[in-house]
Amino acid sequence: MKKIVALTGDEVAAEAMRQINPDVVAAYPITPQTEIVQKFSEFVADGKVLTEMVRVESEHSAMSACVGATAAGARAMTATSANGLALMWEVCYIAASCRLPIVMVVVNRALSAPINIHCDHSDSMGTRDSGWIQLYSENCQEIYDNLIQAVKIAEDKNTLLPVMVTLDGFIISHAMERVELLGDKRVSDFIGKYENPHSLLDMENPVTYGPLDLFDYYFEHKRQQVEAMEKAVEAIRKVGKEFGELSARAYDLIEGYQLDDADFVTIALGSTAGTIKVVVDELREEGVKAGLLKIRAFRPFPAQEIIQALRKSKAVAVLDRSASFGAQGGPVFLEVRSALFQEEKKPPIVNYIYGLGGRDIGVKDIRGVYENLQRIAETQRLPDTIGYLGVRE
Amino acid sequence: MKEKGWKDIPLGGLILEAGNAERYKTGSWRTFRPIWDEEVCIQCLRCWIYCPDNSIVVREEKMVDINYDYCKGCGICSTECPVEAIKMMEEGECLAKKREGE
Repeated sequence: MKKIVALTGDEVAAEAMRQINPDVVAAYPITPQTEIVQKFSEFVADGKVLTEMVRVESEHSAMSACVGATAAGARAMTATSANGLALMWEVCYIAASCRLPIVMVVVNRALSAPINIHCDHSDSMGTRDSGWIQLYSENCQEIYDNLIQAVKIAEDKNTLLPVMVTLDGFIISHAMERVELLGDKRVSDFIGKYENPHSLLDMENPVTYGPLDLFDYYFEHKRQQVEAMEKAVEAIRKVGKEFGELSARAYDLIEGYQLDDADFVTIALGSTAGTIKVVVDELREEGVKAGLLKIRAFRPFPAQEIIQALRKSKAVAVLDRSASFGAQGGPVFLEVRSALFQEEKKPPIVNYIYGLGGRDIGVKDIRGVYENLQRIAETQRLPDTIGYLGVRE
Repeated sequence: MKEKGWKDIPLGGLILEAGNAERYKTGSWRTFRPIWDEEVCIQCLRCWIYCPDNSIVVREEKMVDINYDYCKGCGICSTECPVEAIKMMEEGECLAKKREGE
């Protein structure tokens, strides 16, 4: 049964969590994630979920509690933003390395300093090497869909990795949109039951989590994680397809918008993809073959899909909502350009850093990007590899 | 023992067999070796209580030996011994002494 509602990004995340009905939620409030935990606490207080809510004293403890709970055989979830995620950092690596399928909502917010509560991707991009799968959401519907799929992707026997589902702080977290919800039973049937074959509470089969692992085996365990991330590609695809059968909204690692015959392609993730779609529509009406490549899964990085999708493009712009200080561009750009390096025929590619600390990005900015792409294709010359969209000189 | 490859070990560094730490000998980490003088020892067993590595071998309520397979040479036994029956000696020195004897 389909239910159509109007919810904010945070509310829809809480609603998805209610339907997932995890055994444990351990979380600490931080703007702009607060409403998720607040709303979910109401569900707990009203007896609408069977969840054990752990009110921890910090995000470090929140992730630690999730690690302990998942190792004990519980399905555990949490949510955070920015500095909260930074405080979790150490335990994020532990969760992934112990192969614990925790699902976390990250409401993207700029990292301090100076202190800022608005959206950029510096928080989740900072954890891109922590071993977590990362799914970026464009809008409220995708938050809901991604969260439900995340549980199944994380717990897939060939994956067993934690999953981060992100949404843009305030832009999506506090914006009300139309969302289609599935029935409670359809969700619980879809995700099934979490079964940890090595539960800490199984007294008949004692197990040790997190023992000392030195030069003799640590490397092998890291190699396993690399493999798991590669296998996760299949799990994301499979679950995305199954979810499509359930909801009529199928998902892949990337999404193309007017991409098949596009000459000029912009690559982005999160809510900006929505704004770009508007510009693509406008440009198409004007006869410009513009297209969008939206990255949904940043980890594992869908290199093959992107190479394939850019085969026909004449110029490409990668939009990064975070800076990688001292690097050759933003994190998304680095990945995309690196993926294309071995290709014989590759389009010229530029990087735009934008939207830091919630700086708005509008239709006009994106039109400017496409204009530059057309100029680059015409002149076959790259002006500057990295541009800063919307910063005052 | 040939060490296993990444495809043949439990995921996530889990240890699925209880008590197998016994097979992981840590004595090679030692720089200082406790040398026990049985003549001086008053069998108070403080060393046994304090040893963090269970390396004091006790039989029939009496200390009989030090297990050098696991002793990491922390020296707590030597510090706690009230009669100085346990002295710490540098491993290199022990080795030199052993060679002299040969």
